[in-house]
Amino acid sequence: MAYRHVVGPRTHVFADLATLMAKATPVRSGDRLAGIAAESAEENAAARWCLAEVPLADILARPLIPYEQDDVTGLILDTHDAGAFKDIAHLTVGDFREFLLTATPDVLTRIAPGVTPEIAAAVSKIMRNQDLISVARKARVVTRFRNTIGLPGTLAVRLQPNHPTDDPKGITAAILDGLTLGCGDAVIGINPASDSVQALGDLLQLLDGVIQKHAIPTQACVLTHVTTTLAAMERGLPVDLVFQSIAGTEKANAGFGVTLALLKEVHEAALALKRGPLGDNCMYFETGQGSALSADAHHGIDQQTLEARAYAVARSFRPLLVNTVVGFIGPEYLYDGKEIIRAGLEDHFCGKLMGVPLGVDVCYTNHAEADQDDMDTLLTLLGAAGCTYIMGIPGADDVMLNYQSTSFHDSLYLREVLGLKRAPEFEAWLHGIGLTDESGALLPGSGAPLLAAAPDLAA
Amino acid sequence: MSDPREIWARLAGLTPARIGLGRAGSGLPTREVLRFGLDHAQARDAVHAPMDAEALAGSIAALGFATIPVASQAPDRATYLRRPDLGRRLDAADMSKLQAAAEPSDLALVVADGLSARAVHENAAPLLKAFKPLAEQSGWRLTPVVIASQARVALGDAIGEALKARAVAVLIGERPGLSSPDSLGIYLTFGPQIGRSDAERNCISNVRAAGLTHEKAAFKLHWLLARALTLVLSGVTLKDESDRALESGAAAPALPEPERR
Repeated sequence: MAYRHVVGPRTHVFADLATLMAKATPVRSGDRLAGIAAESAEENAAARWCLAEVPLADILARPLIPYEQDDVTGLILDTHDAGAFKDIAHLTVGDFREFLLTATPDVLTRIAPGVTPEIAAAVSKIMRNQDLISVARKARVVTRFRNTIGLPGTLAVRLQPNHPTDDPKGITAAILDGLTLGCGDAVIGINPASDSVQALGDLLQLLDGVIQKHAIPTQACVLTHVTTTLAAMERGLPVDLVFQSIAGTEKANAGFGVTLALLKEVHEAALALKRGPLGDNCMYFETGQGSALSADAHHGIDQQTLEARAYAVARSFRPLLVNTVVGFIGPEYLYDGKEIIRAGLEDHFCGKLMGVPLGVDVCYTNHAEADQDDMDTLLTLLGAAGCTYIMGIPGADDVMLNYQSTSFHDSLYLREVLGLKRAPEFEAWLHGIGLTDESGALLPGSGAPLLAAAPDLAA
Repeated sequence: MSDPREIWARLAGLTPARIGLGRAGSGLPTREVLRFGLDHAQARDAVHAPMDAEALAGSIAALGFATIPVASQAPDRATYLRRPDLGRRLDAADMSKLQAAAEPSDLALVVADGLSARAVHENAAPLLKAFKPLAEQSGWRLTPVVIASQARVALGDAIGEALKARAVAVLIGERPGLSSPDSLGIYLTFGPQIGRSDAERNCISNVRAAGLTHEKAAFKLHWLLARALTLVLSGVTLKDESDRALESGAAAPALPEPERR
């Protein structure tokens, strides 16, 4: 079905819903690369007028990729909660924006299972950055494993102690650095340089040893392919969280070497370990705009809508953590700081609206038109938006993956200016060690109490 | 217990990661802000500095190679960064130029700016200098060195195909890391033709003064090419076991006589 919008003497025609959504998207390099972006500023604006008039029920009724052709579409429709959708079924996209701006947190929680990724993406396209922030801030998603993530007024940090050769001493030193700067409540998560099961086992045991020995209320993860993690579980290695990169189409997921059935298998295996004393949210997913296009699996759909579809995949496995690696993929998908900032806010909003515990890897590569100032801006906006967690990397420089993200210090800055607390169990642990005061602020002294309490880590 | 500052100084020696930086309130100490800024500036300059193809041709010619300059279809850096597809396509006039110069050969050598002209300026000629005697020893027929501007790795497929070479080696500036703005990558592809996938290439990365030395990289390239010409393939099924050969001090594997076509 074609969509039309008249602007003065011109009639803008959009052949179908996918085209309309692509043309309505704030322009970015990845959609241009795919040849689906708006070709003029007026066309972009006209598409938003037109999209605002589309009923949510129509979006639900017109899958962008046919049900029979794509198992992500199948998942979205099969798991759609018609009861939760009832409250918003009568709205257009434009009405929905206003509904969201006036909704209470409880209402947002209630409708979340009725919000499909296409509905979330559509409304985000007609929202300004401030809308994305104020609505996301109200949409809280709380998850639990060895601590509680996502409570109002909190922000968690993934401690990312990567090392170019997985050297255990180098990794341990970076973990100690992060802990002394009050980071690590979301997860201590390593991207390994090696993908062998042997190397994975060594790292899992290292992390488990640190967490058990010092009774740190957090969880561990080594970010490797699910099949490798499955092999590790079969060998009895200590796996807290199962990691996987996912995307918004069946074909793009195939490019990552995963199917929904495989994810289900590994999820069940992780649940059976029952390692989380406070809850059983045991999956960790990463996503990012552009992954489907780079796998030649985008079906003519814009990259932001495809990204939201990845959250539908994540949602069905009740993850502890999901993050968009927003600026990692490069300038052919998100060209500069402005595009990265917009994408980070869109992704966070869509995830939260759908009930997914979304964090953001606020990051960039050296060939993107971006720098630390852009990251400070996005970081601050995400803090205001109630982002679930951010990355904590020594000095913001990941020496294994060769990109810049957020640092341990960046999280301290955000806590200070916005008054954000850590996961309560982790906050209490830091205070017990003597690293923080009553308010959670770090005490001076270069981490001396932890160095004294954990001489093994500083060995 | 010893002074925490001493402990942190020792721990910092265990990893290239930026640990034990200290803090000023919630922020970084000034020296760390400035150090990061300088490192980022160098990486940015490496991405945006244009390749000096003429000077490069001079230093490569001095090694006894003929050179041919070509360009991709990306007209400038801004387009190059947004449109990787254009960086993989050869300019039409350059394509004809290469086809006219084509003679059957074993290896086409391509020097490409990629994402760091600095990497190419600093490492391409020294790498070629180290590789030349190894190639001569094996009796391989080499093409002139093609110097390619605004180029992605896959541009080598078009170049190798146009030159009728059995294999192509693309020496290209890698995406600069904050601590490695000068890193050269070498991508070897057997049977170059437009449409080859990355899984059909072998890669030697981190070629630079502080990384893999030019001599070791040349040894690896020689080893891999010898295997590729023997096995008549490259990519994931060609496992790089050159480290073992290097450790044992062995020369490259024994080669069949270069094929004459």
